[in-house]
Amino acid sequence: MSLKVYIPCDAAAVCVGADELVAAFEAQAAQRKLEIEIVRNGSRGLLWLEPMVEVATPNGRVAFGPVEDKDVASVLDAMIADGPHDLRLGIADDITWLKKQTRLTFVRCGIVDPRPVEDYVAHDGYKGLTRALSMDSAGIVADVTTSGLRGRGGAGFPTGIKWKTVADAQADRKFIVCNADEGDSGTFADRMIMEGDPFVVIEGMTIAGIAVGATKGYIYIRSEYPHAIIAMEEGIKAAKRAGWLGDNIKGSGRAFDLEVRVGAGAYVCGEETSLLESLEGRRGIVRAKPPLPAHKGLFGKPTVINNVLSFAAIPFILDNGAKAYADYGMGRSRGTMPIQLAGNVKFGGLFEVAFGITLGELVDDIAGGTFTGKPVRAVQVGGPLGAYFPPSMFDTPFDYEAFAKRDGLIGHGGITIFDDSVDMSKMARFAMEFCAVESCGKCTPCRIGSTRGVETIDKIRRGEQVADNLLVLQDLSNTMKFGSLCALGGFTPYPVMSALKHFPEDFGPVPQVQAAE
Amino acid sequence: MNAAYEPWSAARCTEIIGAYAHVEGGVIVVLHAIQHAFGYVPEPAIPMIAEARNLSRAEVHGVFTFYHDFRHEPAGKHVLKICRAEACQAAGGDALTARAEQQLGVKLGHTTADDRVTLEPIYCLGLCATAPSAMLDGRIVGRLDEKRMDALLVEAQR
Repeated sequence: MSLKVYIPCDAAAVCVGADELVAAFEAQAAQRKLEIEIVRNGSRGLLWLEPMVEVATPNGRVAFGPVEDKDVASVLDAMIADGPHDLRLGIADDITWLKKQTRLTFVRCGIVDPRPVEDYVAHDGYKGLTRALSMDSAGIVADVTTSGLRGRGGAGFPTGIKWKTVADAQADRKFIVCNADEGDSGTFADRMIMEGDPFVVIEGMTIAGIAVGATKGYIYIRSEYPHAIIAMEEGIKAAKRAGWLGDNIKGSGRAFDLEVRVGAGAYVCGEETSLLESLEGRRGIVRAKPPLPAHKGLFGKPTVINNVLSFAAIPFILDNGAKAYADYGMGRSRGTMPIQLAGNVKFGGLFEVAFGITLGELVDDIAGGTFTGKPVRAVQVGGPLGAYFPPSMFDTPFDYEAFAKRDGLIGHGGITIFDDSVDMSKMARFAMEFCAVESCGKCTPCRIGSTRGVETIDKIRRGEQVADNLLVLQDLSNTMKFGSLCALGGFTPYPVMSALKHFPEDFGPVPQVQAAE
Repeated sequence: MNAAYEPWSAARCTEIIGAYAHVEGGVIVVLHAIQHAFGYVPEPAIPMIAEARNLSRAEVHGVFTFYHDFRHEPAGKHVLKICRAEACQAAGGDALTARAEQQLGVKLGHTTADDRVTLEPIYCLGLCATAPSAMLDGRIVGRLDEKRMDALLVEAQR
């Protein structure tokens, strides 16, 4: 007999032993003279179950997880016999945590083999681009606008408006740039989709190119993501070989080409103008806006710059229609958001769902609270620049405006969970310290303010003139919020001020450990 | 110095710079390639890049020093990067960082006296649901606890 076994190649699976499992399964199979085909799929996003291994059966793929080296022999027995096993999770598609989701962007992630373009096409890939190739620019842009898609990188700017601006601009060259500088702690959706379904990003960017009249695109990936870099480079090669990229896409006469560029460890390069500077080979210094990148972007030319998840949402919209996407969501937040549950989390992973779900449902029901089993004290939503929310605010719906109303932001959709051992003035200090490390240095509030912020919080923690220094901290935060050029200095006050507002009891003298006599 | 890298050679550097001459705005691409070859960016490479790309030395030096990735001197034989970002902190990363510092006898950002291990902070590997995480010479490791960290430290000190 022959077995088809799926072992994820996603970095989150690899970091807990997926590569070693491949070797172990091959060794076991060889020992038993069993024919085995191992597919390195992406991750389905149930990361507490990684490495989650699946076997193809007539009834669907049966999952086991988390599988360790020592389990390989017994899991293989259970696979062959279709029998019980402690790690057996049943049919993968029927796992409740997956069934509760609305997967539009991540529909193929974890299911397909991310390498061959044929597998992508067999799972409805490139239908969006095929339709786009039969449309005119205005029609494609209108679809994107009607879908209500907003920038998934964090700013939430309507994607259709951005595209229209570039489409209307006159220039000898235009560019498409994909921001894959996913530096926010607690976020990994970009990494997962690039590793698990790279063609959806490539297709989304190609559609953007056709829509606005750009023939060249860049994907700027952070150097901390070596697996994603390889996956995208291989994906681009495969798409070129199959005629989905190049001078004459599938005989349409339209041209579009892509190139991967690797970052060099600067968080600020996730800011779009800083990223453009970096792409041009310069220091990642933020540009003042205007001019907007849509008018003067990469190399001074009109540029569409969007997040990975924004581009990855496009193929669904073009294939299924703008309305199919806009039917999900609430208020002005349309469609779905791939939410990432992270930190001290019991059921951590990627949960794609329509906007409108409450923070409490996500943290308590979906994520199951903390891994340590202690009560949740705070969650940080939206990465290092996002606010800390206490459980009393868990009724906040996941929606751009609802979070803004409560002095928070959904950012890139990451939720980092902390238990009751967290020291919130330490987290506030970290936010300032991180800003100081990563500031590009162009504007004073960010460059100097962050360092003064660290010093001020240190004074508070030492018990020096606490009331006065709290006022200084608030004043400083206001200056940074309103005086900084970009979101790094401008949003660092969110974690700081929210920590202070919701956890004031943590801002005072920290008990010193008594030195030994 | 890590045996995986080539010794400095101006001729080799010229060759690398030439290989990327066609890359528009490619200073960072070239710096990555030079570091990939030599393990760091040797100082003589800076004016060479400037010359080839018709930039000033100051401009290239500015780019080189802006980015955390580029090394000014060779790293230790092994490089251990420990994530310090929020999600890893929430999962107990601080205590593990302190443990690594204590066992190696160096602070983050430094190399052990025997040049075996360079210990560095990294801000997010995107492994935030399998935290705390680290990277040893490009290999990623998640769900670190004391036992797994100790094993990693032993491996790093080989």
